[in-house]
Amino acid sequence: MAGESMRDEMIEARRPPNAHRGVLKWLQRNLFNGPINSVVSVVTLGVLVWALWPFVQWALIQADWLGDSRQACSGEGACWVFISARFESIIYGFYPEAARWRVDIVFALMAGLLAWLAIPKVPGKRWAAIIAVIGFPIAAYVLLLGGHFGLMHVSTRNWGGLMLTLTVATIGIVGSLPIGIVLALGRRSKMPLVRAVSVVFIEFWRGVPLITVLFMASVMLPLFVPTEVEFDKLLRALVGIMLFWSAYMAEVVRGGLQAIPGGQEEAGKALGLNYWQRMGLIVLPQALKLVIPGIVNTFIALFKDTSLVLIIGLFDLLAIIRAGLTDSDWLGFATEGYVFAALVFWVFCFSMSRYSQYIEKRLQTGHTN
Amino acid sequence: MSQATATSHGDTPMIEMKGLNKWYGDFHVLRDIDLTVKRGERIVVCGPSGSGKSTLIRCINHLESHQQGEIVVNGVAMTQDVKRIEQIRRNVGMVFQHFNLFPHLSVLENCCLSQIWVQKKPRAEVEKTAMEYLERVQIADQAYKYPGQLSGGQQQRVAIARALCMRPEVMLFDEPTSALDPEMIKEVLDVMVELAREGMTMLCVTHEMGFAKTVADRVIFMDQGQIIEEAPPETFFNNPRSERTKLFLSQILGH
Repeated sequence: MAGESMRDEMIEARRPPNAHRGVLKWLQRNLFNGPINSVVSVVTLGVLVWALWPFVQWALIQADWLGDSRQACSGEGACWVFISARFESIIYGFYPEAARWRVDIVFALMAGLLAWLAIPKVPGKRWAAIIAVIGFPIAAYVLLLGGHFGLMHVSTRNWGGLMLTLTVATIGIVGSLPIGIVLALGRRSKMPLVRAVSVVFIEFWRGVPLITVLFMASVMLPLFVPTEVEFDKLLRALVGIMLFWSAYMAEVVRGGLQAIPGGQEEAGKALGLNYWQRMGLIVLPQALKLVIPGIVNTFIALFKDTSLVLIIGLFDLLAIIRAGLTDSDWLGFATEGYVFAALVFWVFCFSMSRYSQYIEKRLQTGHTN
Repeated sequence: MSQATATSHGDTPMIEMKGLNKWYGDFHVLRDIDLTVKRGERIVVCGPSGSGKSTLIRCINHLESHQQGEIVVNGVAMTQDVKRIEQIRRNVGMVFQHFNLFPHLSVLENCCLSQIWVQKKPRAEVEKTAMEYLERVQIADQAYKYPGQLSGGQQQRVAIARALCMRPEVMLFDEPTSALDPEMIKEVLDVMVELAREGMTMLCVTHEMGFAKTVADRVIFMDQGQIIEEAPPETFFNNPRSERTKLFLSQILGH
């Protein structure tokens, strides 16, 4: 019968029941927790092994690793000697050997700065940012191009390989994000002219294939400007890539801006903050955090599409490897070349992906917009 | 013809609105509003939803723009000029129904923002001021948490502290307790009563009639974009003159 009830003593909080840990427990709970699941697991594993085993055998077990000429290749598996023999040119392109230490310094600087910026525990982020934005580009420009301080001038025609890929990707990424942000703000501006310019810019660059942009930059642009003015081919490609990707970036950022409730800007206004303060301090930090997946997605696409510069005669990582395939001493190693190129691209892209996930977790402040 | 700096003479009214009219498209949302708020005066604005009461106070710091009439805040006449608007906003604190704290900043940083970027004060002083106000709304122990980790009542108290950190001349409250769970309303009202006792000029849109009875110098009743009745709380609650006011009061007090 329903009656009255009352509790005299409050129940103390207790610990949850022990979670089952350990590899075996995990396997049992996730892969073998019933007859059907067990069969599915076994079949899936079987298919995986069946599909991947030949590749593993080719790429690792029967592969040839050591040597410096074609004679080292047994022909049973992959011959990575092809890669190691051409390793220098894959990294530096046609950069003169005597000056390659300059590229090494730039690589080291970049790695150091990235670590400084990316690892939260390292102090002095403000300095790192200032150096990365101002110091590093100048140092990289002086070192890579030369022509100052007694350094030999190295024309961008000689740049190539991974070094060129990283140059194009870094400048593309660093340039397209801020331009994209400005365009996204412009597209949401209350001023009709600013809005119109942003919309036209975004829709134009988004509507043309990157290959067209590169062709236009390298072939058509010289037709329109006087012959005395000579732009560097790499510079033209860089500008094209930056503008092209900034249009994509703008739309990604705009998605984030639209997700921020209007009350945030109103609160900023009520505190007396001006437009740029409201955007820079309140709206953008939240919006950008929200669209990290989209931004990194664009970064990764940009990174991979740097290989398109080969169609205007720049030798990036992929193009250098392709060039190696036509070397009469090394005919028939296309698979090795492409697998290696894929691996290098994958390592960079996967790193970006993992780092972005880590950052997303770190920026979580316990709210859901 | 305009004063570059806000004057703080005791005799100039804090807020003066004359012949204010506003439309949303064809919808006439504010109609011939005349309202003067003296320094130190505490005014409660009430009325049915859609009566324009929130819109009215949002015009005071130009979160909404009006089409006709004039608003003078602390001696500064409102124009479309951005600098002028920002000047007015520096003297007007606002508390929103949905708190509108900045979720990516800690409670302390929320309170420091305007002092650093608008008032351009040194960091140490800014944090001291922020902690003082957080202390006053009794939430200093949560200073390093993020808004998302606080309850609604706590968030609203932080929002009040954030507005007070600007040392405003007048505080606007836009339904500050409407989004709160019942058990948290009191902690926010307590802070507001305290503020009223200290002599802050306040304009509150609220349905908390108990609050109106306790602190208001004047209660303003709005309906259909116009001010229907304006009276001290005793008169307003005991002897309302307009039929609309009587109906409204019977609806919110009659249960």
